[in-house]
Amino acid sequence: MSKFKKKTSASQDIPTSALPDIIFMLLFFFMVTTVLRETDLLVLQRIPQAEQLSKIEKKSLVSYIYIGKPKEIERYGSEPKIQVNDVLIEPEGIVQFVNQEKDKLSEAERDQITMAMKVDREAKMGIVSDVQQELRNANALKVLYTTTPEANVQL
Amino acid sequence: MARKKRGAAEVNAGSMADIAFLLLIFFLVTTTIASDKGLALRLPPKPDPNEPPPEVKFNERNLFKVLLNSQDLMLVEGEPMDDVGMLKEKVKDFVLNYGNNPDLSESPTDAVVSFKTDRGTGYEKFITVYDELKGAYYEIYAAELGITPELVRNINDAEPSVQARYDELRKEIPMQISIAEPSKAGGGN
Repeated sequence: MSKFKKKTSASQDIPTSALPDIIFMLLFFFMVTTVLRETDLLVLQRIPQAEQLSKIEKKSLVSYIYIGKPKEIERYGSEPKIQVNDVLIEPEGIVQFVNQEKDKLSEAERDQITMAMKVDREAKMGIVSDVQQELRNANALKVLYTTTPEANVQL
Repeated sequence: MARKKRGAAEVNAGSMADIAFLLLIFFLVTTTIASDKGLALRLPPKPDPNEPPPEVKFNERNLFKVLLNSQDLMLVEGEPMDDVGMLKEKVKDFVLNYGNNPDLSESPTDAVVSFKTDRGTGYEKFITVYDELKGAYYEIYAAELGITPELVRNINDAEPSVQARYDELRKEIPMQISIAEPSKAGGGN
């Protein structure tokens, strides 16, 4: 009898000390892959939905232009405004902004710069096309209208 | 000397996993994963002021006109259209006509889809229509390649043989969507 009893005396616990390590690895993975938002948005952003989306291949080549109604209507008025970095600008300032962004890139990559336009769905085409004209002036010809994927996928 | 056998000294680390989970969930909730997806567009280069504008010889039948006015109403080839969903089929018929119907395009290479808006047109409507126009072309490519439109859009992940065929196809049936400068009729800003 005693022979059998001895075997059961082994610990029944599953070692769980590796579990925190695994979770921490997951945590670090998320911390590294996600980007915290760098700019404070001064304009409303309700991005329209679309289906035919394409990805950006190189994120370092992308600069963002935000267009939408200002959040602080008392200060900036209710007409849609253009925001780059942390300031609201007029369309005339786009050229300067593009040149600034181009300076950050290497010589070979300058023509590859992509301007991602994050435009509020209630904005009008007038302001969007003004920005596009300025982008043409600045020779930044690759544009991406940022959209979110459609919630109901049509099959 | 009947000494009790002791197990290895262990710290109870079970709650540590819980703490790490809490941290993980906190990060998942607070960070927004940057969504860099959208509708790509290539603007035409700025015309050279020293050179006269190139003369465009254009056959009316090769132009598929889509107009959006400031009330977000759509005019397709001179006919008002309410349902955006019908646009795709019309574009497909137009591009893949190969000269059969005298009202539609002569060949896919000549076919140009012209999309004109007003300054007062809503951006959301613009995106919806532009999405449909691009979708029509992607569906044409998908049908030719025998794959789904989703695969066409992410063609970079596909195998090289498909990629090569796709490049050829884009020369045969180029995606020519011209976005005209908006008119000022509707005011807007």
